[in-house]
Amino acid sequence: MNSKLGRYTLGVLAHAALILAWYLFVRFGEVPRFVMPSPGDTLDALLQPNYGWWSNIVVTGTEIFAGYFLALVVGVALALAFTWSGTLEAFFMPLLVSLNMIPKVALGPLIIVWFKYGVLPNSLMAFSICVFPILLTTARGLREIEPELLDLVRSLKGSRWQLFTKIQLPGALPYIFSGMKVGAILAVAGAVVGEFLGSDRGLGYLMLQVQVTLDTPAMFMAVLLITLLGMLLYGIVLLLERWLVPKDARLA
Amino acid sequence: MPGLREAFIHLAGVRKVYGQHLAISDASFDVMPGELVSLVGPSGCGKSTLLKVLAGLHPHDGGELRMGSASHPFDPARDVGMVFQAPLLLKWRRILENVLLPAEILGLPASAARERAYELLKLVGLQGYEAKYPYELSGGMQQRAAIARALVHDPKLVLMDEPFGALDALTREKMNLELLRIWKEAGKTIVFVTHGISEAVFLGTRVVVLTAGPARMADNFEIDLPHPRTLDMKTHERFGEYTRRIYRLLGME
Repeated sequence: MNSKLGRYTLGVLAHAALILAWYLFVRFGEVPRFVMPSPGDTLDALLQPNYGWWSNIVVTGTEIFAGYFLALVVGVALALAFTWSGTLEAFFMPLLVSLNMIPKVALGPLIIVWFKYGVLPNSLMAFSICVFPILLTTARGLREIEPELLDLVRSLKGSRWQLFTKIQLPGALPYIFSGMKVGAILAVAGAVVGEFLGSDRGLGYLMLQVQVTLDTPAMFMAVLLITLLGMLLYGIVLLLERWLVPKDARLA
Repeated sequence: MPGLREAFIHLAGVRKVYGQHLAISDASFDVMPGELVSLVGPSGCGKSTLLKVLAGLHPHDGGELRMGSASHPFDPARDVGMVFQAPLLLKWRRILENVLLPAEILGLPASAARERAYELLKLVGLQGYEAKYPYELSGGMQQRAAIARALVHDPKLVLMDEPFGALDALTREKMNLELLRIWKEAGKTIVFVTHGISEAVFLGTRVVVLTAGPARMADNFEIDLPHPRTLDMKTHERFGEYTRRIYRLLGME
């Protein structure tokens, strides 16, 4: 318990140290405000009502969470379909591995052509970038079953459904969460890139607007808020994992 | 003596082929109810394959195989318990829940199964570990839990595939004695696959020797040593004779 508390303290200290270093650098390095604002300037930006922080947070947050949730449902569902049909897997898996090679960012202009701009295309951007890691790690997790466990279930004349619900799916959970963690980080990047490419709302859009006037404090604040959105999503995933997967079964 | 009591498992000329490869040929032996039969032989002699045939996981390709008898009927789904070299406990289940897995698959009444699982954990010496996760147990303890799991649905036959092969020598000796005690108390028929010759003799009421290349059954004999077996029987003259007999059959003398 003591060392756990110690580690926690050290973690908080590291964050505080970075902010302090930032402050000292700006203060004594005589860095112009438009290159790098101080922590105080950045915080000030949050208090300006004209940026519409809250509504922009809601927009970007919606894009991230919608895209991510869709990717989770589609990724896990496809992986499940593959475990039920070997032919389906043999047919689609190589294709998906190839599709995964597409730099998803390059799809941005196309997505805008197809879906105009707004929350939907940006959610799809987030979806397209995080669906593959979720799908591929889930499929791998479902495949990782000891042949002897299969024998054990078959010797009891267990059904395929029982094998799936009692052994395969819970066994794959650590993998699913591992994919979800990677996906959570990517979803945030996807939504923001989508906003960069074409949108009229959101934190990424706001960054482009204030960039024109070299309003760096607002840009810093936007990055900070995007990061916090990512941390929120990641935190939810971690909590779910802690709740659903016992300690030893988790993947590092 | 055959005829007096009917065999629980009867094999006559059982054969198993994988493509071109003959995995088992002419396996012929009987297992009496309540016996502990050791199947011993080198890697590739087909002993694990034979165990899978007995478990009903693979059909045999020739010969006669009869499971159960009039006095001891055999239900292929409910009467097989299996223990493997690895404990294969499910990491996300507590020990008690792991032991209950076969009962769940068979759809046995839950409260009775739980009660039985508690009893079995006591029998294998894991009382107080019911709520632990597998990683909190040592290798030997995990294997005890696996044995409890193999017994939870009260099968007539327990098939063990080198269950102590991954344990250190000392733990293995201890587990051998434990297994004999559990076997006596639970009153099961056990078929025990091993490549440990002294383990085969020490545990078995009967030893079936299989040889590799080509796979065939080389011998089948009773072990006439008193029960309960004790470790000092390993220095018994007859114990030496039995092990030498197996070494000879395996071409090692």
